[in-house]
Amino acid sequence: MSSLATAKPTAAMSIDDRSMLTPPVHDLVRVENLRIQFPPWNAPVRIIEDVSFQVRAGETMGIVGESGSGKTLSSLAILNLLPPPARITGGRIMFDGEDLAAKSQGEMQKLRGRRLAMVFQNPGYSLNPLMTVGAQLGEILKVHEKMPRSMALQRVEELFRLVGITDPGSRLSQYPHEMSGGMKQRVCIARALLCNPALVLADEPTTALDVTIQAQILDLFEDLKARFGMSMIFVTHDMGVVARIADRITVMYAGQVCETGDKHAIFARPSHPYTQALLASTPRIDRRYAIDGEGRRERLPTVGRAVAPGQSLGGGCRFAGRCPEAAPECSRLVPQAAAIEPGRVVHCLKRGSAGVASHD
Amino acid sequence: MIEPIPNLRQGVTPRPLLTVDGLVKSYPLRRRGLFRQTVTGEIRAVNDISFSVAAGETLSIVGESGCGKTTAARAILHLVEPTAGAIRLGDTDIRATFAEDRRPDVLALRRQMQYVFQDPYLSLNPRWSVRQILTEPLRVHGHAPKEDWDATVESLLERVGLPPDYADRYPHEFSGGQRQRIGIARALAVEPRLLICDEPVSSLDVSVRAQVLNLLADLQEDLGLSYLYISHDLSSVRFLSNRIAVMYLGNLVEIGEVDEIFARPRHHYTAALISAIPVPDPSNQAQRQAIQGEVPSVVRRPSGCVFHTRCPAALPVCSQQIPPLSAPDGTHAFACHNPR
Ligand SMILES: Nc1ncnc2c1ncn2[C@@H]1O[C@H](COP(=O)(O)OP(=O)(O)O)[C@@H](O)[C@H]1O
Ligand SMILES: Nc1ncnc2c1ncn2[C@@H]1O[C@H](COP(=O)(O)OP(=O)(O)O)[C@@H](O)[C@H]1O
Ligand code: SF4
Ligand code: SF4
Ligand SMILES: [Mg+2]
Ligand SMILES: [Mg+2]
Repeated sequence: MSSLATAKPTAAMSIDDRSMLTPPVHDLVRVENLRIQFPPWNAPVRIIEDVSFQVRAGETMGIVGESGSGKTLSSLAILNLLPPPARITGGRIMFDGEDLAAKSQGEMQKLRGRRLAMVFQNPGYSLNPLMTVGAQLGEILKVHEKMPRSMALQRVEELFRLVGITDPGSRLSQYPHEMSGGMKQRVCIARALLCNPALVLADEPTTALDVTIQAQILDLFEDLKARFGMSMIFVTHDMGVVARIADRITVMYAGQVCETGDKHAIFARPSHPYTQALLASTPRIDRRYAIDGEGRRERLPTVGRAVAPGQSLGGGCRFAGRCPEAAPECSRLVPQAAAIEPGRVVHCLKRGSAGVASHD
Repeated sequence: MIEPIPNLRQGVTPRPLLTVDGLVKSYPLRRRGLFRQTVTGEIRAVNDISFSVAAGETLSIVGESGCGKTTAARAILHLVEPTAGAIRLGDTDIRATFAEDRRPDVLALRRQMQYVFQDPYLSLNPRWSVRQILTEPLRVHGHAPKEDWDATVESLLERVGLPPDYADRYPHEFSGGQRQRIGIARALAVEPRLLICDEPVSSLDVSVRAQVLNLLADLQEDLGLSYLYISHDLSSVRFLSNRIAVMYLGNLVEIGEVDEIFARPRHHYTAALISAIPVPDPSNQAQRQAIQGEVPSVVRRPSGCVFHTRCPAALPVCSQQIPPLSAPDGTHAFACHNPR
């Protein structure tokens, strides 16, 4: 290994050298005006509309939003793993200077598992039930890194130890069903790390786990990030999880970005009405809820209006149906990105966004 | 067993509505052989727990999955037969009533204790209209004359914040939050005194969750209901509860007034559970102490304190003697040899 600056990280390198290869801060990923549609194509539903965000090298971008807001589809699009018949119909996904949206399946397959890796919500579904975990992870190293079997298993064992799997040597020969959910998720995280990815996408990786195990896995992610300096996109519906794990945050609602920016700024000064509502209506363990003399309990603030049955995916701001600040133009004009602070962008007509008529 | 002392906050009557004393529920542990199953032991899903719920109060049972929350609820409702222990609703001995199969009394008990399920998708019959769903309990309990049913359905829907003209729609036409409202309306139809809510908001999104939690608070205040609120989500528990009971591996390890438990957890499992919850505030991510390891299997229940295999403060005695539940101050009880 002559020059660290040009050396490609290889799996054979010891685990601690790799953090030295971290490049200086730049955008590793730039998602630009991403649009995802489902058929029928003559009257297409834009499930994801003009979504943009950046992930800097070494940073964790937290994507947060309620179910159906498009978090999973946006992250699957980056990996070119959209479930058919969904299609990217607009925008670019720049990764290290290349547009992933324009790449062929073959090229993407090479990138996935090497430079890009994914950890899913349900570790049970994403592991092969018929192979021991050692064999299935070793197989990946054989294919991607052309590593001989014994070396591959040694490397898997090393990674198992790193992700906190107790007794890693004997775990190699276990099948997924012999493991707890938390242990399986550790295996999936080890699998994601096998080939030293530059970017790990984690889609609700702790949602299916109990809280004490979730806390362990979040600690593990933080530890791995500090060691390897990889970038991460961490998808979650939990404002607490994102407050802990992310450096920057993108808040999504019904396939649109509400705002994006530094975590501390967004929690301290949420700008978009949806972000404000989301934060206000989250019950918290770190505060007292008052009960008055008659035994009347304080109430949680709720989003301005009652829930519309089904979200509108029509023109304009998709939060308009529930937004306490909505004006007539909100359901007609799509709010564009407006910079409100350095590094902070909001999409809201009442926060300085320009409005563009929906192009139907 | 210690006498559980209900919360004495204003507005809450200290007279217990529900009293659970030494409840045990075990399931046979079966090994499947080639030709038949053999019973090789037992699973103690609920191990000798005691508590009470006062009229108008919310007692929450918290703990991670598999700790026995749902089993406790089902045993109280007699949906599964308790293995041991006494359960009373007011002055009625629930187990004796079911054992003697006194039909009117059984019906009366079932009417007074209603269950709200976690999953509003699975608990509503998809082929029934909302009207049918809401009148079914009225019919079973002969609770209202038939000519009043339509008016009852209307007022129930209104009560839970749904327009009355939703009565002739079907469950699939509703969102998760709306379905949970229908589930709550069904539970309210026969005017119960106690609602046992098993993770009622766990499958709902944050903004909808807040609405349903507020609805539960409204109903409690307006109708004087008691709640046994079961959840692994400590945030909603903090909002809705008067008191909290913490379970681990079938045992009740700590019970007390909500703010007291959050401010001064004495059992190490309670402390670990609270510290594991990610707080939605990046500037308040202070000293977390993640506990190591995982919950042991119910079939290999640790000796002594069930938490000793993971406890950061375990003493030698912890693996040998079961710590008794005791409340030095008379209200906040915990089972620990070396409390915090
Ligand atoms: N296969 C599909 N066909 C049609 N709509 C879909 C499909 N998959 C997802 N969607 C829709 O796309 C939207 C975004 O989904 P998703 O990205 O999974 O949201 P999230 O991960 O934020 O919960 C949802 O409204 C969902 O109904
Ligand atoms: N019908 C049953 N037969 C055997 N074991 C059961 C049964 N129901 C629950 N258990 C076991 O009892 C324990 C407690 O389960 P449960 O009450 O569902 O926990 P919780 O609701 O706290 O998640 C678990 O270990 C579970 O596997
Ligand atoms: S654009 Fe209009 S509807 Fe959308 S968040 Fe802003 S004020 Fe509300
Ligand atoms: S009894 Fe011992 S092991 Fe159990 S919580 Fe207390 S100190 Fe820990
Ligand atoms: Mg998702
Ligand atoms: Mg349960």
